[in-house]
Amino acid sequence: MFYREAGQFKTTYISDQELFPVKQDRWGILLIIGFSFIVIPLIANDYWLQAILIPFLIFSLAALGLNILTGYAGQLSLGTGGFMAVGAYSCYKLVTIFPETNVILLILVSGFFSAGIGLIFGIPSLKIKGFYLAVATLAAQFFFEWLFGRVKWFYNYNDSGAIEVPVRKFFDIAVTGPIATAQTRYVVVLCIVTFLALIAVNIVRGRIGRAWMAIRDMDIAAELIGIRPLTTKLIAFAISSYYAGVAGALFVFAYLGSAEVEVFDINISFEILFMIIIGGLGSISGAFLGAAFIVLIPILITNLPRMLGMPINAATVEHFNFMILGALIVLFLIFEPHGLAKIWTIMREKLRVWPFPY
Amino acid sequence: MIFIQPFFDMVGDPVLFLQVIWEGFVTGILYSLIAFGFVLIFKASGVFNFAQGIMVVFAALTLVGLHEAGVSAFVALPATILVMYVLAFSVERLVLRSLVNQPDIILFMATIGLTFFLIGFGEFIFGGEPKMMITEELLLPYDSITFFDDMLILQEIDIAASIIAALSLVFLALFLGKTKIGIALRAVADDHQAALSVGISLNTIWVVVWFISGVIALITGIMWGAKSDVSFALSIIALKALPVLILGGFTSVRGAIVGGLIIGIGEKIGEFYWGGLVGGSIEGWLAYMIALFFLFFRPQGLFGEKIIERV
Repeated sequence: MFYREAGQFKTTYISDQELFPVKQDRWGILLIIGFSFIVIPLIANDYWLQAILIPFLIFSLAALGLNILTGYAGQLSLGTGGFMAVGAYSCYKLVTIFPETNVILLILVSGFFSAGIGLIFGIPSLKIKGFYLAVATLAAQFFFEWLFGRVKWFYNYNDSGAIEVPVRKFFDIAVTGPIATAQTRYVVVLCIVTFLALIAVNIVRGRIGRAWMAIRDMDIAAELIGIRPLTTKLIAFAISSYYAGVAGALFVFAYLGSAEVEVFDINISFEILFMIIIGGLGSISGAFLGAAFIVLIPILITNLPRMLGMPINAATVEHFNFMILGALIVLFLIFEPHGLAKIWTIMREKLRVWPFPY
Repeated sequence: MIFIQPFFDMVGDPVLFLQVIWEGFVTGILYSLIAFGFVLIFKASGVFNFAQGIMVVFAALTLVGLHEAGVSAFVALPATILVMYVLAFSVERLVLRSLVNQPDIILFMATIGLTFFLIGFGEFIFGGEPKMMITEELLLPYDSITFFDDMLILQEIDIAASIIAALSLVFLALFLGKTKIGIALRAVADDHQAALSVGISLNTIWVVVWFISGVIALITGIMWGAKSDVSFALSIIALKALPVLILGGFTSVRGAIVGGLIIGIGEKIGEFYWGGLVGGSIEGWLAYMIALFFLFFRPQGLFGEKIIERV
């Protein structure tokens, strides 16, 4: 009744090709963005921002990057953690080498380093496919884990071996470092994520995005109709790694505050892969839904039994987290291989004809 | 200079070089065993079983866990085999059967899900702390033999591991070649539909291959556990079976064995002679790089079948 597109006529090509052709969608998205920019910083407390919202946004960005590569271009990658580490460490080096430059700019620039690395590790994708490629991306994961842990230059010869985020200001407000408030960091992350997500939505519906999907669905057929596999796959690797790199930089600079290379281990790569499976392969909104899901599960497992009056210890929480995550992956693959995003689409279709479905 | 010096070291101390090769050989055999269980499943069901490494840990942990609970070692061993059967059966019933005809990539991700489930489940039941493998109780030797005035040290357990690995490979070759179910298994590996049409039950075959892989996992787990301890940290090392597979090709048993030995020996030599020069612990990624290097020349692996693609 309320969600109907009847009467919304498109009279120009521009309006026909809008990002959100349905008026209700447009307002809904604007409402969500407005809410997260204005209302959430005012009402949310530090726990919500630090434990849920900031990691949710950062993981969404990383999942978005992986979804571009795996969901849209069909190249399975298990090396997201490695690319995130490249972003984080290059951001750290940039911030310490150029202390005067705006840190937000440097976070965005550090993505280009991981994009370059992504290009290099994308080259084998031309010759090898599917599972072989997945294993090749594992090389990136383990190599960078080793590199940033062993070569002291990357963490500025610290005794601790960890990178500590220095305080950087933007118009006299501390954006990074220990004195930055959760609100500021949340707004910074939100700005970057919204900006990059909008770009991603536009890329995947344009020429490049269509070329990716053609390669994903059948690469030989795509080649026959004139899509260059080399450039298309490499662009996918570069853009995907850019997103992963920025996410990695934000992960350290806006969320953790200080980090050792272990935070980018192989489990984070899997976690992000799970986000896009649960959220929906080949869908932008899926990255956000999946990230929200995976960030919330451990919090629910910790808090639910406590509310019910039977607290469980931290180790058990960890074990349950693994078990439930694994079981959920299998269940989602069996019942809804297209993930939460597909469930949302089905709901939308139902909503359109509600309350008279016949 | 750093590229040439290690070669002089090798020639200068051949006994030490032999020792390094032996260490690599033993690790390589364990990689081969994991890769072998993997190839079996891949051939019979087309599933890229990411969980093979975890099955190794899970099997070893079940064995040790049962023993800790007071069961004697020779009762715990068949009991663990039974557990692996139940695992194979439930994987087939609950996961594979529901995912028939899905794209390969979906099945692969399902096995990653299975991996996480087994990690959580295993730690929940047996606890997360590392355990000692019950080497003595299983009557495995644990002394060492020395040659060349104590310069070359061979652990008896390593020799036993090599013999047991070789024996199980021979046994499996006989099983696949001589028994009815083994022949059916090869038929399924060759062509699913043709196998179905001559009356072979795919579901049974899947349970059988997953079970065999589970038993191989148990053998690997015992050997590996005897060398270090049993904990889920092993699963990262077990991931090394993946470059082994890339190197050997996903569909070749021979490839799994040769690939395992190349990776095992190559990585030990690399670590010992070059690792120190670039900061150490290059074992973590060297295997992947070796595999990647081979891929540039043979994208289907050393013994893999060349995939012919059609539109």
